[in-house]
Formats: sequence, C-alpha cells, structure tokens
Amino acid sequence: MSDKPLTGRARADRQPHSLAAWRGLGGGAGLALALKRHSPEAIIALIEAAGLRGRGGAGFPTANKWRFMRAGAERAGPGPRYLCVNGDETEPGSFKDRLLMEALPHQLIEGATIAAYAMGATEVIILVRDEYRAAAAALSRAIVEAEQLGLLGRDILGSGFDLTMRVHASAGRYIVGEETALIAALEGERPIPRHRPPYPAVSGLWGRPTTVNNVETLSAVPSIVEHGAEWYQGLSHTNEGGTKLYGVSGCVARPQLIEAPMGTTARELFELCGGIREGRALFAFQPGGGATAFLEAADLDVPLDFAHTKKAGSSLGTGAVIVLDDHACPVAAIGRHMRFYARESCGLCTPCRDGLPWVAKLLDTIEAGHGTRADIDLLHTHVQLSGPSGRSYCDLNTGALTPLRSGLERFGDIFAAHLQGSCPVGRA
Amino acid sequence: MSLSPAIRTAIAQAAANHGGPKAAMLEALKLVQEAEGWVSDAHLKEAAEALGVTTAEIDSLATFYSQIFRSPVGDTVILLCDGLSCYLCGGDAVRDAVMSKLGIGFGETTADGKFTLINICCVGGCDRAPVALVGPERKLVGPLTPDDLDALIDGKAVGGTP
Ligand code: SF4
Ligand code: FES
Repeated sequence: MSDKPLTGRARADRQPHSLAAWRGLGGGAGLALALKRHSPEAIIALIEAAGLRGRGGAGFPTANKWRFMRAGAERAGPGPRYLCVNGDETEPGSFKDRLLMEALPHQLIEGATIAAYAMGATEVIILVRDEYRAAAAALSRAIVEAEQLGLLGRDILGSGFDLTMRVHASAGRYIVGEETALIAALEGERPIPRHRPPYPAVSGLWGRPTTVNNVETLSAVPSIVEHGAEWYQGLSHTNEGGTKLYGVSGCVARPQLIEAPMGTTARELFELCGGIREGRALFAFQPGGGATAFLEAADLDVPLDFAHTKKAGSSLGTGAVIVLDDHACPVAAIGRHMRFYARESCGLCTPCRDGLPWVAKLLDTIEAGHGTRADIDLLHTHVQLSGPSGRSYCDLNTGALTPLRSGLERFGDIFAAHLQGSCPVGRA
Repeated sequence: MSLSPAIRTAIAQAAANHGGPKAAMLEALKLVQEAEGWVSDAHLKEAAEALGVTTAEIDSLATFYSQIFRSPVGDTVILLCDGLSCYLCGGDAVRDAVMSKLGIGFGETTADGKFTLINICCVGGCDRAPVALVGPERKLVGPLTPDDLDALIDGKAVGGTP
C-alpha cells in the first residue's frame, strides 16, 4: 500500500501507462470493488469517512457534493446526468493536475467511473485546457482502451452500470475553470459564469443534474475504495484526510510537485525542495496559488490543510505554494498576478473588467517608483470595493485582489518605500 | 480557399459527438485552425454554415477563447509564460532575450512568417520555470535561460522529463 496514492504509480518519465501496465500495477481494483461490493450510498459514506474534500480550491466535502447530485437526479427523473471533470488549471503556480492527466490517465478514468456510479451520472466529460495537449491525448487513448476492455460503456464489469466518457479540449481562458462557466463552455455558450441557484446538481449541463469535480479529487477515489476510509484518513497529518499534491515553485532551490500528507508544513515542503535558493532568505509565500493571501516566516509551521491555513489568514486553494525570497519585490510580484487576472477577466462586471487593469497599471507605476500616496489610497479603495460581498458576479475579482489586500496589510512599508523611488527588497 | 470535404465531415461528426451544432462550434473552430493555422472570416462563415449556426454565434466564441487565432500566425507559435513563478525564476530576462532574438513583441509575427510570440500564464510548468509551450504539440520547454534560446528558436527544443 503506497503512502502516495495519487502519484505513487506514475512512471519516472511521466509517460502514461497502457491499460495492461496499469492493471499490472494493481490499477482497477478500486473500480472492481466499487461495482461488485458496494452500493452507491456505501461509496459516498466511504468517501465521507475518508474526509475527502474538493481539491479544486474551495475544499467542499466531496461526499456532500455527490449527495446533492443524487438528490437532484431523483428530482429530475430519467435522462442524462453529467459528471464534468475539471482539467482546466490556469491559476499562476498551479501544475498538479497536469501530471495526473498526462501520466496517470487510467487512475483518473477509474476515479471518475466510481464517482459517476456513486452519484448516479450517466456521462462523464473531461474538460482539458488546450495547452495540455499531451494530457488530452493520453486521456483520449486511455478511454478507448477502457472501452475495449469493458471498463466503460454498457454493463461495466457485468454490474449493469452504463457510462460513456469523452474528452473536451478547451481553447484557453482561465474562467473556463469556474464551475458554471465550464458548463456554459460545454454547451457551446460563451464561457462566462452563471448564477447559482439553481445549483448544477439541480440544473447544470443542458438543464440536467451535473457535478463538476477536480482532477485531483477524482484521482484519489480509487485507492480510497480499495484500501478504505481509515487508511486514507491515516495518511494525513491532521483531521483532513489523505494526501495533497503540493506544487512548490518560485524561489526554492528545486521547484517541484510533492505528494505529501495533508497538513504538511511549508517548512517541510521547502526542505524537500532544497530550501530557499542560493543562500537567500524566505520573504513570504502564498500557500494556495495566485489568489491566496501571503504568509511569512512565522507561519512556516502551519499545517497546510484547509482549516489551519484559513486560521493563519490565508487559504489552501489548490496547494500551489509560490515562494518569494528576500530579493523578490512584493509590489512587482502582486503586479504580475494582477496583469494575469486583468487579462483573464471575462468582462461581465465592471469592478473586474475595468478595475483590474486599473489596479495593474497603478502597481506598475508604483513599482517603477513613480507612484504617489493617492495611488496607494486608490489601491485600498479597490480592495475595499471588491470584498467578498457580492459586488462581482464570480470569485475571480475577489480572488484577484486577495494578494493585493494581503500585500497592503503585510508589506505596507514596502509599498510606501516605493513612493520614495526605492525598493527595499530588490528584484527577483 | 474553402474548407476541404474532410474538414466538413469532421465538423458534422463533431456536432454528433458534442451534443449538437452549438456545442460543436469550438471544435469546428479548432478543426479549421488546425488545417489553416488560423480562422479567417471566410472560413468562419463556412464553419457556421456547415453547422447551421450564425456567424455571430460562432464568432462570439472565436473572439473569446485566447487560443483561437482570428488573424494569421507564424509557422511556429511560441507561448511564453509570464506568470509569477516564471518571473521569479528569471522570466523577464528570457522574455527580453526572445524578443530581441526574434525582433518582435508579444502578439507579433516575424517578418519571415516563421514565429509568433504570445504571452500566456500559467502553462503548468512552474517546476521548470521559466517555460514556454512551442509548436502545434504545445511542447513544454524549460527551464529557459537567455543564453540558451537557440534550441527553442531552431525548433529543436523538446519537452523532456523534469
Ligand atoms: S468577477 Fe470578473 S470573471 Fe467573474 S463574472 Fe465578473 S467580470 Fe467575469
Ligand atoms: S507561472 Fe509560468 S508555468 Fe506556472
């Protein structure tokens, strides 16, 4: 039993296994068990006992999501029901799902099949961003192999359960990864967010019950079914179950993807990465991707799970840990993020469409040493007006301004120093 | 030039596979782009006709998705990451070097039509930052250094294991 259920069976060269090779490594056991020994309700109970929470950023309990779907399906009556797999990761610093799709397509397909069985889905659509062509190719091939072996299609493994699966290749734009925008994209609409309620479990893709799950979440499912909830819980350092794929990037000696117990600390992760690079010191880090608040050296021993990271004033997000050393100017770093979010705004609402480019420009001006006190006041105003109070339609705008809010709070003196034309931290 | 019969057939098939003509619009755009390199007005109109949707409907997608090109691009498209992780690993120096080597900025194509340079973030290669995606396979190359761009530009750069 591997203590790395997500990545333990990946090939060193990241090439995907054939289905035969995957089964040779013990793959497929979870699916066989699920279909032969468990009822759908029993699987949901197992996932609940394991403590699996969504790995796409929000951390919502997976079992609850699947239960909503079952309830929605019951209400909606006969007809198609969809499980959409979110394979669109475009958040700065995120590179975890790429490995799972490229190197372990059969694991994801198995997880999605078990999930579909448990939640009552009839069709799985895996949405993969256009830039991950190797991942889309690996998944498409793996689906054909699974169909040929009767692991997809009609009467899977003689269980009476039918399921179809296909890959949908996207074509850029970060917003496609937002739950309701993803559904719009699959319908051929402009991929912009939609209002909730109705929630997708009630009325999603083409008005039918739909669940959107992240690639990492589903990839954890086969081994939970195979080895049990207690085993999965036991892998974690905290009471949030299992392992987590942490993607550590930025100013560490060896940036890398690390599967480690949920609740691993940043100190431990940085050690695995050879420490902060070239004898430099840690300045700050974002624990969960571009839209999460900064933490500092004092937070190095915070267990990086959903609850502890939140308590420390940030969030686990996708577990994309971005590290800034003492040569990395936070004004420049936040400006990078802001340019990304400004570019990726879907344009539906004003604070996001017009506000983010404005903020990006202000940060450029301040970084270049031409800013004034009024510019910093304006940044504060933007932050205040973009709180999570419903002024924007989706979370992109609030998320985008989170590093700015956090930066102004934690590094106000550095912003102020830039007004005198100097950066006390220096450039990366 | 109009779309080949093979592409028209593929577009019709896409409608069947994706749940109808509307849901197949993006797939149709991608088929056109794969064959022609970019999506011209004429081809956009043909694709719309093949699906039985309006040009406005299909153009509303074509202009939204960043990887659908509505103007000509070079033989090789270089998608250079400008995200924070790449920046922290020296991405700006690489960007400047690529630009001076090719003599173009972001969104531009070299005079000989060989290269188009586009900025993008994040391409999921932060562990190998700074990185780019190159060519029709969107091959991940990195870590890039300013001194070592020849392989990238010569098209020899290959994505290997980290
Ligand atoms: S917050 Fe931004 S991305 Fe979200 S709906 Fe509004 S404009 Fe679109
Ligand atoms: S920030 Fe450049 S690949 Fe992630």
